[in-house]
Amino acid sequence: MSAVRIEVDRQRCVGAGMCALTAPEVFTQDDDGFSEVLAGRESAAGEYPMVKEAVRACPVGAVALLDED
Amino acid sequence: MTQSTTHTGIQDPGATAAQGTPVPFPQARSCPYQPPAGYGPLRESYPIGRVTLYDGRAAWAVTGHALARDLLSDPRLSCDRTQPGFPAPSEQFAKVRARGVPLISVDDPAHNAQRRLLIPHFTLKQNASMRPRIQQIVDQLLDAMERQGPPAELVSAFALPMPSMVICSLLGVPYDDHEFFEAASERLLRGQTVDEVARARQELERYMGELVDRKRREPGDGLLDELMQMDTPNGPLGRQELVALSGMLLAAGHETTANMISLGVFTLLRHPEQLAALRSRKTPMAVVVEELLRYLSVQNGMLRVAVEDIEVAGRTIRAGEGVIIMTAITNRDGTVFAAPDSLDWDRSARHHLAFGFGVHQCLGQNLARLELEIALGCLFERLPGLRLAVAADEVRSKPATSTIDGLLELPVAW
Repeated sequence: MSAVRIEVDRQRCVGAGMCALTAPEVFTQDDDGFSEVLAGRESAAGEYPMVKEAVRACPVGAVALLDED
Repeated sequence: MTQSTTHTGIQDPGATAAQGTPVPFPQARSCPYQPPAGYGPLRESYPIGRVTLYDGRAAWAVTGHALARDLLSDPRLSCDRTQPGFPAPSEQFAKVRARGVPLISVDDPAHNAQRRLLIPHFTLKQNASMRPRIQQIVDQLLDAMERQGPPAELVSAFALPMPSMVICSLLGVPYDDHEFFEAASERLLRGQTVDEVARARQELERYMGELVDRKRREPGDGLLDELMQMDTPNGPLGRQELVALSGMLLAAGHETTANMISLGVFTLLRHPEQLAALRSRKTPMAVVVEELLRYLSVQNGMLRVAVEDIEVAGRTIRAGEGVIIMTAITNRDGTVFAAPDSLDWDRSARHHLAFGFGVHQCLGQNLARLELEIALGCLFERLPGLRLAVAADEVRSKPATSTIDGLLELPVAW
């Protein structure tokens, strides 16, 4: 299985907080209110099944799972 | 299950009109926790049907969950109420549409610039810092209810003042003014005449303007103070912009939360098994709140207008045609939520659309979740004998003039 990288597009993020609510082990919000991946969890999608739910929950498609090569 | 036969909701046997038959929108609920029975035919128009508005005009009604997500994310649908063809749910709405509301009736990119001012103030961390204050508000209101009752009228004693007081705290309304603010915001929502409501709006706008002036002289700490200090690309926000933003926060955060509380209490009292699971703490409050948000969908229609032609499900929404996302129906889409008409703590209600979707998804949603968790949790813990003080079928829903559903009154005893 190839590794998967979790990314948040800050330009798209609208601060709804759905990712941080759904998968708080992986996502947080910075002081400006935009979501980001917690340090060290960028490749942890496999260990946290709620990441996929967070991708679906984001209202603007700002959370993505990208294949790492 | 305790629903009486009159509470069968939208699966009314008479609701078998042919697909595409226009259905009036909005309609009042008969059973307070079910979508209006008259929406029955719309469920057969899946994923999109037609409704007629008070002025006889037609609009598209989105009933499928996946299509609702797609359309709420589609920039070809506008929130701008001044666009020709924007669907007006009532004559009153049509009269005031030109006024507009920051964020809510604004499209990107202007919407995004406004939203970015507020985003830092609605993070999970910011919300969590409000928990002690929300708890204090809930405790104070329940103390007063216990001193004066039983019985009590839960809408005016608890459901309406709770979120109004939270908004006071959030904005930084001085404590001495809370009584005025709550009374005026209650009249804004529950005024008996159009004039009374208009007066309440004017009083609140005048008050907020004076509060801005006062805060310029004596800064305090609240969202309003922080917005006043903020520098935007067009310079600091003006008095009118600050008043309009405050009004928007009140409109977005008051009646929505209040109606979720009163409807939530009624629904739980009518579902003793589900209530027992909540009381025994077998089901966490966060799960209860999420399923209630899906099940009750108090914001039962989200209004848009197409600014370009959009092909959907084999039909064409033409530019200039109104589109209404029927939240209460999309949140009962059986392809997403199994047995959608049952209140079920064991399901995942996570992807409901009660807060919308797309760039306009409710910014205050996590504050609302926190308020509901504390309000409903504390109410049933403090008053274990809580019950209706009238027969269930005497509890009246709001009339069919608004897209936010709820109860007019909820007499309770304990």
